[in-house]
Amino acid sequence: MPKKYHIATKETPPRFEPVGKFSTVEFREDCAGSCRQCVKKKCIYNVFKDDYQHIITMDEPEFLYICQNCFCCVQECTKGIFTRVVNPEYRLMGNTYWQPEIINQTWFQAHTGKIPVSGAGYRGPFSGTGFDAMWTDMSEIVRPTRDGIHGREYINTSIELSRKPMRLSFNEDLSLVQELSEIVEIPIPVLFQPPSFGILSERVLLAMVKAAQRLCTLMLIDAADCSSAFNDYAETLVPRLTRSNYQNYVDIICRSRMVELAYEPDIEREFATLHNYKPELLIAIGLPLDAQAGSRALELAQAGVDVLHFYADDYGCETGSNAHRTIRDMIREVHGKLVEGKVRPKVNILFSGGIAMSEHMAKAIICGADGVVVDIPLLIALECRVCSRCKHGESCPVAIGEIDITWGSQRIVNLIGAWHDQLLEVMGACGIREVRRLRGEVGRALFLEDLERESFAPIFGKRKIPCG
Amino acid sequence: MNTVSKAKSTLPEVVVMPSRFRNPIGKYIVKRNSRCAGCGLCAELCSYGVHIKPEGYSRPLPPRSERCIGTACEANAFYCVRHCPNQALSVSLNPILETMGDYRWTPEMLIGQWYMAETGELPETDLEYNLGSSGGGFDKIRFKIPDPADYLDISDEKIDTSLSLNRRSDGRPEKVLSLPCYGGGMSFGSTALPVIVGRARAARRLNTLTCTGEGGYPPEFLPYAEYVITQVATGLFGVREETIQHAPVVEFKYAQGAKPGLGGHLLGDKVTPEVAAMRETVVGSSLFSPFPFHSVYSVEDHKKHVDWIKEVNPRALISVKVSTPSDVDMVAVGSYYAGAHIIHFDGSYGGTGAAPDIAKKNIAMPIEYAISRVHCFLKEEGVRGQVCLMASGGIRNAMDAAKAIALGADGVVIGTADLVALECIRCGKCESGRGCARGIASTDPELGHMITEEYAEQRIVNMYLAWRKQWCQLLRQYGLRSVKELVGRSDLLVNMDYLDEAERAKYPEAPKNKLVI
Repeated sequence: MPKKYHIATKETPPRFEPVGKFSTVEFREDCAGSCRQCVKKKCIYNVFKDDYQHIITMDEPEFLYICQNCFCCVQECTKGIFTRVVNPEYRLMGNTYWQPEIINQTWFQAHTGKIPVSGAGYRGPFSGTGFDAMWTDMSEIVRPTRDGIHGREYINTSIELSRKPMRLSFNEDLSLVQELSEIVEIPIPVLFQPPSFGILSERVLLAMVKAAQRLCTLMLIDAADCSSAFNDYAETLVPRLTRSNYQNYVDIICRSRMVELAYEPDIEREFATLHNYKPELLIAIGLPLDAQAGSRALELAQAGVDVLHFYADDYGCETGSNAHRTIRDMIREVHGKLVEGKVRPKVNILFSGGIAMSEHMAKAIICGADGVVVDIPLLIALECRVCSRCKHGESCPVAIGEIDITWGSQRIVNLIGAWHDQLLEVMGACGIREVRRLRGEVGRALFLEDLERESFAPIFGKRKIPCG
Repeated sequence: MNTVSKAKSTLPEVVVMPSRFRNPIGKYIVKRNSRCAGCGLCAELCSYGVHIKPEGYSRPLPPRSERCIGTACEANAFYCVRHCPNQALSVSLNPILETMGDYRWTPEMLIGQWYMAETGELPETDLEYNLGSSGGGFDKIRFKIPDPADYLDISDEKIDTSLSLNRRSDGRPEKVLSLPCYGGGMSFGSTALPVIVGRARAARRLNTLTCTGEGGYPPEFLPYAEYVITQVATGLFGVREETIQHAPVVEFKYAQGAKPGLGGHLLGDKVTPEVAAMRETVVGSSLFSPFPFHSVYSVEDHKKHVDWIKEVNPRALISVKVSTPSDVDMVAVGSYYAGAHIIHFDGSYGGTGAAPDIAKKNIAMPIEYAISRVHCFLKEEGVRGQVCLMASGGIRNAMDAAKAIALGADGVVIGTADLVALECIRCGKCESGRGCARGIASTDPELGHMITEEYAEQRIVNMYLAWRKQWCQLLRQYGLRSVKELVGRSDLLVNMDYLDEAERAKYPEAPKNKLVI
């Protein structure tokens, strides 16, 4: 059995007070101040401990990061002068896809390294689009035990990145005909890449790559950004190259385990040159997750590529089309095409764009991905508020460019540690001990449209509003 | 008819049980400003009890906003705002609602349930307490517009809402409940003792059941033992021969909807000395129950479990609580052949004291899909009539319960709504620290005693009596005399997504609020 993979998380508090969900409003003129039973002193979460008299001292209104919304202060104030509002800044965070709740939960995980656990039932919408229109299955009786999650059994989350031979051939003396290349594995089905926006200073990138190194995974980065500061991380970096520029980065290519070439027609003609530089080099092709994704995947799988990396947009949708099919459906299509073409086991496929939560990682794999590449969550772990100010050349409210590299890398390690634990929870419930067995296991998922068709169509007839 | 008369005779009285909190929350907020001269006209006019001016007081008491019916009152001749000689009064929507509740339990649904728990009546205010903002499942399903010719003009007393638990004719008791529902498992440890004992007391008065959950059998349950289900869950906390023998029904908890496939969670903070003693564990040490039962790896093993309980308690009925995986129908039929009297499905949006958020949202199917699937499969297998099918997991109110029954369940199991009756606000912070700040889901030496058993009992009784009124109204409209006649009547349901636009416009829209959760 391989050595057990463990991610060492450590509480790493934020540098700035995070944006709280709620704020209190006090109608102070009604407060006689004489009841001596002020509810602020009774808060069981000590929300007001540090700033009990903020109204008197004319401080900023408090935006309550630690408030748990129990309403006890509102309902017990002897004068009834306490009320609450949603913090307008909280509402403005993110966008339709990167919602405030996702940002808030990512901060929590980067801070604590813990899985978000709460009481009471699920509080969100019934379903949604993309990954929100599917549920993972569970096995009622026959399954590995929960002990797997708590350490007495091993649930393996490793994936391979190297190309696999379809079959072995033997000589008469039973020796192998072909030479087997080394199997390259990473212990988690997650790779990193810089987001499409943000203040991506050297410190930010170094925090990301340092975290990737600690997690024993890889980070994709434009070759042009690989300054000498990254020399210690050569094994962790995957330089992104193009047909026109890779000749300029031969030294970087020779230090790397894997490179990613941007897709162009007949790009496979460059493979031989790259292998001349370094025979054991893994070659990935980065290509858009668009309408041609499936057919291109089929061609490239035949052409000896190790990894295909499909880029969806930041909202988890296909690119270059008005159809905006979701990454969930696109993964199923690409995976399905490779299965039909009988080449799926040869290549490894990765997807990026819109991977926002740990559940997306598990669901992407169920839909057919080998692994995912995350970007924006890495920035959110460093306290990014997805406010988009940087996109307009304005300053960053959390001065992300000046972070301490060790602090930043620990926050990212914490986040991925929490994601890894959540993946174990889902796999444990599914009754699957190997993440590679989860790949394409759509039988271990429940899709909204299938459930509607099987359970509701016999009762209600034909659906008039499409699912999602 | 015996069951009807029994149900009638066991229905308890409503006793108004006001909020525990000084400032109850209502949909509207009534403000009285400093122009008030204390004439007291508002107190004379308001028939809802918003304005009260006690004898000898120079000014009315602060308005009881939670009783105000809001702007709809403008149509009344006694509308206080219009009559105030000093224009000192105003009525508006309560802005605090935007910070309350969630997509499943909207603020109006919470306020509606609180009102029912306080008064035993259905709210008079224009509250949408039957539909949430979740945008799917029960929030998309409506009962068809009834044909007026079907209306049955009979009183609530003549309508049968009873539920038979044993349909196997196996010589075990023919247990009949007065309501088509009973209380879901809540353990000592996750929930305060007065709350769970209050639930048991309410169950006795309503002639229904409650369940111990996986936290042992506190001696305080003994006076109500006939109304308490003993749960045997994977951690086997507090499971002893005598606790099995106390119970009229013994429930095997294989899985829980909120965390299917993960076993129970009780985080260390909540393992107080009392809880640890009850569970025979270590104070402060988190308790993660295993999954699954380490003694059950096949249906045959499951049958051995059922036989074991039947042997230990010859009068007990057996319930099997499972979650809703893709093969939920096969699980149901397997449980039936293993000898279960009750098959209880807990859907994925069900309640919990603590669960990973990823599990609550993502694992297993919502109950709405599972019910009809199991009901139809058991019918095809020819065993539907021999088993009592209970649904739970996201059944929030009387109409959700009725929809679940029309989809094919015999009855429903309720957990969260009981707690909402006790003024739970769904903040979701039950799992750690000192537990619930409102004294419901806490065993903290201080917080765990904020509630009295009497309060808990009466609020829960009131809520179910209000629910019964809703069920009776519904049954009358379709000419049904018994809730049993509603079972599997999915022809009485429509789903908004499956209707033409013109048809859809005839039904009430569910609220579509964008909430901060």
